[in-house]
Amino acid sequence: MDAIAYARVLDYPLANIVMGVLLALFFGGVIFWTERARRGRSQYVRPIAGLAAVNEAVGRATEMGRPVLFVPGIADVDDIQTIAAVVILSSVAKTAARYDTRTIFATCSPLLFPVAEETIRNAYADAGRPDAFSRDDVRFLSSDQFAFTAGVTGIMLREKPAATVFMGAFWAESLILAETGVLAGAIQIAGTANVSQLPFFVAACDYTLIGEELYAAGAYLSHDARLLGSLKASDAMKVLVAVLIAIGVLTATIPPIDDLFDRLLGIHFAEFFEFTDPNG
Amino acid sequence: MLALVLYQHVGLWVGALLTLAIFSFLYKDNPVYKFAEHVFVGVAAGWTVAYTYWSAFVPNLWTPLDDLFHGKTEDEEVVWSWLLVVPATLGLLFFARFTQKWAWLSRWSIAFLVGTYAGVNLTGMFQTNLILQAKATFVNLNPNGFPAGVNGMEQVFLYNLPILFGVLACLTYFFFSKPHAGFIGVTARIGILFLMAAFGASFGYTVMARISLFIGRLQFLFSEWLGQYFESLRQLA
Repeated sequence: MDAIAYARVLDYPLANIVMGVLLALFFGGVIFWTERARRGRSQYVRPIAGLAAVNEAVGRATEMGRPVLFVPGIADVDDIQTIAAVVILSSVAKTAARYDTRTIFATCSPLLFPVAEETIRNAYADAGRPDAFSRDDVRFLSSDQFAFTAGVTGIMLREKPAATVFMGAFWAESLILAETGVLAGAIQIAGTANVSQLPFFVAACDYTLIGEELYAAGAYLSHDARLLGSLKASDAMKVLVAVLIAIGVLTATIPPIDDLFDRLLGIHFAEFFEFTDPNG
Repeated sequence: MLALVLYQHVGLWVGALLTLAIFSFLYKDNPVYKFAEHVFVGVAAGWTVAYTYWSAFVPNLWTPLDDLFHGKTEDEEVVWSWLLVVPATLGLLFFARFTQKWAWLSRWSIAFLVGTYAGVNLTGMFQTNLILQAKATFVNLNPNGFPAGVNGMEQVFLYNLPILFGVLACLTYFFFSKPHAGFIGVTARIGILFLMAAFGASFGYTVMARISLFIGRLQFLFSEWLGQYFESLRQLA
């Protein structure tokens, strides 16, 4: 109540307070579930079809004596999707190393290049095959979107990977890459949180991780306590958001309920979510 | 003048021939396509280096530090210019990768970059992707609760109900802590149907945009490139 009164006096958007509370709850949840995971309490994560197919894809590449191609999108290393892609890359490279299969990695980010090189090198070392890692298989092509795309399509046509994994932030190049992968005869697994590009991956790839599945994949594959904690906290946040939506719909549909909010708190429910001046 | 005309014609021919070389991929991978691909990748790499040097390195680092060392900086700006040594050092640390012994130093730069962007983007993403999206779902389900002139039944059953159920069903699909079985399984299934319907609409919309890009290239070939020669021939005739 006091916070609302102060916000009104200071012309402070109430949504900022709501955002602060939700962020505090979220981070509290992350710490809580991370600690639970660290103490060894089992944390269920539902299976993700596309990830289960990684072993199948790498196995196919091994049988055919061809490499696996991993493309982490065209965003830089600071993008959350790219970070999620690197976690998946580690798992894919480790599986490929166990099967004694090459992992070709192509990026358009000079900053991601050393991160990926180290990730793949570590994955091969963890699998007991440090000698199988080749620096030449980690390639920076170009920072330009379509020059990079042309380079990747070239790799697909000439190296003929048996499996292609597209994970990360993709834009207009998504369909070009996925269609070329089909032409090259590769089994394709894709994942992105860029909603506008998902239709192309769904249409052209064998398996697609949709939106948040890309982030969940890291937790699913690594069982890392921090990633599991983050996943559980985001699930809890979804329940909270569903409850807020239900209250929002009730107040929008039944005016007396909204009036009750106004009488009790001096504010309509929807105003909690407005980033404009509450007095304006 | 002659040089300009020549330059324009050469530019047109290079653009047209490279466009045709890229289109030749529609037949199959071939040496002409490979040549165009390599030219594209090489030119883009060179252009990016030059562009980054002149648009980022020189104005943001070199010029301010040069001004500082030559005493051209105002007193109150001096302290800020000195701070540029920090990002410059972080940038230089990337080159540590060229030595095996000091390669680990580059991790500092990457950690700084990733951490900073994550922190800066956090509130913005929370605001746009969560708060405003949630608010947009506070829909009115009372057909009689709309202003005069708005068809309440149409608004509720054609727009608001699908929005509400679509959002809740999709949220259920992206719930990872419970198996997709029973009620959750059915709701998640409905969620994926909503997603697929949205993807279908998005697919059609983008295909139309791609076709317009293709038409743009054809217009370039037939109008800008060949068109001028046809026009000259027509005038001669």
